[in-house]
Amino acid sequence: MKYIAGKLGLFVLTLWAAVTLNFFLPRLMPGSPADAAIAKLSQNGPVTEATRAAIEAQLGVPDGSLWEQYVSYLRQVVTLDFGVSYTFYPQTVSSMVSTALPYTIILVGIVTIVAFILGTLIGVAAAWKRGTWLDALPTLGGSFMSTFPYFWTALLLLFFAGYVLHWFPTTGAYSATTTPAFTPAFIGDALLHAALPALTILVTSLGGWIIGMRNAMINTLGDDYVTFAEANGLRGGTVAVRYAARNAILPNLTGFGLALGGVVGGSILVEQVFGYPGIGYLLFNAVIGQDYPLMQALFLMITVSVLVANFLVDILYGALDPRTRR
Amino acid sequence: MTSTQNVRIPAEGAADGAVAAPSRWRSFGRTLGVVWSNGKARVGIVILALFVLVAVFAPLLAPYDPKDTSFERNLDANGAHWLGTTAAGEDVLSQLIFGAQISILVGLAAGVLSTLIAVAIGLSWGYLKGLSSEVVGFIVNLFLVIPGLPLMIVIAAYLQNGGILMIIAVIVVTGWAWGARVLRSQTQSLRSRDFVTAAQFSGERAPRIVFREILPNMTSLIVGSLFGAATAAILAEAGLEFLGLGDSSIVSWGTMLYWAQNSNALLTGQWALLFAPGLCIALLALSLTLINFGVDAVSNPRLREGKAKK
Repeated sequence: MKYIAGKLGLFVLTLWAAVTLNFFLPRLMPGSPADAAIAKLSQNGPVTEATRAAIEAQLGVPDGSLWEQYVSYLRQVVTLDFGVSYTFYPQTVSSMVSTALPYTIILVGIVTIVAFILGTLIGVAAAWKRGTWLDALPTLGGSFMSTFPYFWTALLLLFFAGYVLHWFPTTGAYSATTTPAFTPAFIGDALLHAALPALTILVTSLGGWIIGMRNAMINTLGDDYVTFAEANGLRGGTVAVRYAARNAILPNLTGFGLALGGVVGGSILVEQVFGYPGIGYLLFNAVIGQDYPLMQALFLMITVSVLVANFLVDILYGALDPRTRR
Repeated sequence: MTSTQNVRIPAEGAADGAVAAPSRWRSFGRTLGVVWSNGKARVGIVILALFVLVAVFAPLLAPYDPKDTSFERNLDANGAHWLGTTAAGEDVLSQLIFGAQISILVGLAAGVLSTLIAVAIGLSWGYLKGLSSEVVGFIVNLFLVIPGLPLMIVIAAYLQNGGILMIIAVIVVTGWAWGARVLRSQTQSLRSRDFVTAAQFSGERAPRIVFREILPNMTSLIVGSLFGAATAAILAEAGLEFLGLGDSSIVSWGTMLYWAQNSNALLTGQWALLFAPGLCIALLALSLTLINFGVDAVSNPRLREGKAKK
């Protein structure tokens, strides 16, 4: 309990720091994004005095003291009210983010968990069969694949499986002819559209898990209790899985939380290549369109998701490793 | 090490009978030997050397000026243009060769700078105790959990069309935390060793203990995190350039792919234009990763090759 309370406190503190960083980022930058933003918004029609004041407050044109701006920003964050998007006027930022969020969470979430489990299993096998082809192939292949730039893997898959072989659709999250609903037809269509982005993330992130688990496993295999278990005549598979892997997986689990940030970053590039309407694609469009409120809200959303995932991993770690609870 | 067999008899030349420590160059050479003896690292060193040579001699190797747009557009690979031409009529091979310069420059500069920050912060963090250590730890962890690429994208978007220097700065700001954490845990385990206690009793100041006594003992870790940071920097630079967030008029592997996607190379079927720059990024990053296998083996003998347990 004390462990969880401590982690919770740290989580809240980190969350506050990230939110505050998001507040100060635009204010630290040279020039005023607000002027550019207002100029952009006025292309869509006259800007009312209230909208102008709202934008200026949000983007750091001095309106009251820094403290007052900060308080009103915190209120926006708590009420999830991030104002109006410039590029997709008059949609609100919050509605756009909530439309895009499920796509990314499902795509990145499922693929990351699959990659972690698959990579860990391969890593265990590679370390156990060290020095054989079963080790060399995943280790070398994994380190090569993990150096693939996300967008390049995406481009190649899109080119060959999409444009040349026509196996998969080339853009979007579902066909223009279907409407989102919980019908088998739509779900099948959505899965088909998600296949290539998912494969890209899987291919690129798998290697890291393999190498991490293999190295952790090799370290535990050198420990005395493993030798002892072997000397006791336990079967090889039992020693590998129930003795060595159980302990080797702990450091890899910490890596899981941290690597998630990398995968989320990579998914931005992947979504951009496939035109997949998730958070990353939205962020890319926000950047291109200089849509600062959307950008700020998306960055906050991405950071908070990764922080929450890390917090959950910490709690899980505490449950798996009794030593942390002391 | 307590065995008497390892005690060296002083050489005749040493007049005062003291045993000279092995010279720096000799231990450096021995370390290099450990790295080189690792098959993966050897391959990595060869690949890296090739890329560095290509980057240095790019003006001699490239058949054309990489910005010369006078050729026919969207050509497939042929005798005059081994990898074809771009949608703007530039020679792909020449662009590829000059692109090596940017990637190696960014990898080196961003890698070295973020490693310097990681060393300074990681070592002081590991040596400090109490509240200040907690505060530093909190900041490092914050930078560690905040997803790097989104942060880079947002900063680059606020900084509007910065050049390569902006990209290097953004990568350094977002990329030092990992190395700092690795170096910190090693510093923590070294600070309780006898030689550090001895240095403390002999009245050395903390900065000297940290950077003159502890630092030399973790050279391989620092080199490892340098290569790691350089790999991350190369991939991040390519990603930012690919999104069009850098200076898209320079010739780099990232901008090549940016222009390839924007000019619909997917539709025109120019696979060489899509394939080659990404492969170069991957190979360069791979070479650094492979070298790190050898560097890891220096600090962790369990990872050395040749003595398979099973």
